[in-house]
Amino acid sequence: MLREKLLDNSMELVCPAGNLPSLKAAVDNGADAVYIGFRDETNARHFAGLNFSDQRAMKALDYVHKNPRGKKVRLFVAVNTYAQATNWSRWKKAVDMCADFGVDALIAADISVLDYASKRYPDLNLHLSVQASATNQASLSFYHDHFGIKRAVLPRVLSLKQVERLAQKSPVELEVFAFGSLCIMAEGRCILSSYVTGESPNTAGACSPASAVRWQTTANGMETRLGGLLIDRFDNNEQAGYPTLCKGRFRVNDTVSHAIEEPTSLNTLDLIPQLHQAGISAVKIEGRQRSPAYVAEVVRIWREALDHYQENPGSFMTNERWMSGLSRLSEGSQTTLGAYNRPWQ
Amino acid sequence: MEKTMQITLGPLLFFWPKNEVISFYEKVAESSIDRVYLGEVVCSKRRELKLGDWLTIAKLLQAKGKEAILSTLTLIEAESELAQVSKVCENGDFSVEANDMAAVHYLSKVGIPFITGPSVNLYSAEALQVLHRTGLKRWVLPVELSFDHLKMIMNRLKELGIHDLETEVFSYGYLPLAYSARCFTARTHELSKDSCEFSCIKSSAGIPLATQEGDALFTINGIQTLSGSCHNIMDQWQAMESIGVKAMRLSGHSEDVLKTAKDLALAIGAMEKGYSGKGELECNGYWLGKEGIKKAY
Repeated sequence: MLREKLLDNSMELVCPAGNLPSLKAAVDNGADAVYIGFRDETNARHFAGLNFSDQRAMKALDYVHKNPRGKKVRLFVAVNTYAQATNWSRWKKAVDMCADFGVDALIAADISVLDYASKRYPDLNLHLSVQASATNQASLSFYHDHFGIKRAVLPRVLSLKQVERLAQKSPVELEVFAFGSLCIMAEGRCILSSYVTGESPNTAGACSPASAVRWQTTANGMETRLGGLLIDRFDNNEQAGYPTLCKGRFRVNDTVSHAIEEPTSLNTLDLIPQLHQAGISAVKIEGRQRSPAYVAEVVRIWREALDHYQENPGSFMTNERWMSGLSRLSEGSQTTLGAYNRPWQ
Repeated sequence: MEKTMQITLGPLLFFWPKNEVISFYEKVAESSIDRVYLGEVVCSKRRELKLGDWLTIAKLLQAKGKEAILSTLTLIEAESELAQVSKVCENGDFSVEANDMAAVHYLSKVGIPFITGPSVNLYSAEALQVLHRTGLKRWVLPVELSFDHLKMIMNRLKELGIHDLETEVFSYGYLPLAYSARCFTARTHELSKDSCEFSCIKSSAGIPLATQEGDALFTINGIQTLSGSCHNIMDQWQAMESIGVKAMRLSGHSEDVLKTAKDLALAIGAMEKGYSGKGELECNGYWLGKEGIKKAY
């Protein structure tokens, strides 16, 4: 049984890097694996100034595989947007590059990308991206049977109990989101962004793209707009957040509120024992768009927590220092267990 | 000229009382609609109708000369939900529209030709080719793709030698934009999802969500978020037909959709440009390659 086998192992800490300094920060602070994307729309964090050119990706691979700390660190590359009819060959080229570089895993969502990769490079290790929205055993089986995926990243929509049940039956290793920005919608199934800006994660690798954002100081306070529409309005004593559609303050009936979700971050530090006992193979830190300093701090805390759990599996307690450290780095300085915790739903 | 463009009715996205659902489909049976997609696709807690009830409606529609299709749940979280999807796929009598890869898995495993709904992410001819090999016979274009994208996909399908795949376009109704673990209708009523009191039943066309400046933005429908404006590209039927689209899907938020279907059928029959709306808040941006919320003329 996969589950028993995995219980012997510790969970892999999978960390984000939007550039080489972040990658070094992740490796130096204890990442087991780092995931990156190329500098185009083939990945779901397609932002200006972010991501890796061919040469930078080579350097990244060199750094993780020659990790000065001596530990073997793996490099994953996300080619996880949906290949567009306008430019399908670009995704093909990204897969070719991953195979040429000998990356440790390719993270993909689109069935045409997975199909090409599995046929052309049968030895390439494939992980199913969260953007594929695989939330159940039958869906995971589809990707496993057709493309031989080894691992899947679960969307942030399942409760802890559902994750535990799925892990018992999953045909592949499971990776779950541990910390970072909280997508409240099932990933790969949210096009709120293109409805307002014309660009979505599926089509352009971007959610609420910066080009559609306006910050305006007005007599009513700081206003944030996306595609011209008012997303939120902040008093002088409030910190203005980025205008993501799902985290704005809107009017429903006659009440103005965070009708969809408050600005908050996911933090599952408390769940480390349960996730490990469920047989989860890896925990993922979100945030390729974040600074090297952010990556360093989050990875350092998670490394310490995971190591602490490995040493004291029966008596693991989250440390107040870790929690306050992570809160400081969180959106709105708030964290939540998100969908893992049923009442939140 | 023989009528080639079919008019279809998408699955009912809202939670209506059983009597209203039955009376609605009795009218559908007498309408200009050619094909009807049936079943609960949004939330498994909506159990006014059981699978047996949907099958009864499907048979009624079939007897009236309509093609009936069963449509599956979109976001599957619990094992009980997966079991339900499996049951729908194994119904034995009616074709199935898969709204998640789980249904694709069940249907392709036993070799039953199937249809994919707009929430299955098929953005290229190459992706369609993969599912075509496993039994895909018809697909609904993801709603955020434009005419230009679709035209490119259709041309590429021909190059790939795929000529028997039917294309359907979501042409009228609130656009399904997102699915979540959280129930926003319950949240609006200050209830938890587990004790939601089935409050979706109180809003037959969802709950409007607007910006603080009053601009219509979204429509809350349980765990689903829909567009705030009604998508309407029915006047594009000739453009669709010119690139080989076989069917136009209407999605109803009231019984008025049957009048809309009739007007569209008349326009197609008379070779006219087509029904272009009745003044409610409308959008067509996606089809034109712009923001979905936009209305361009």
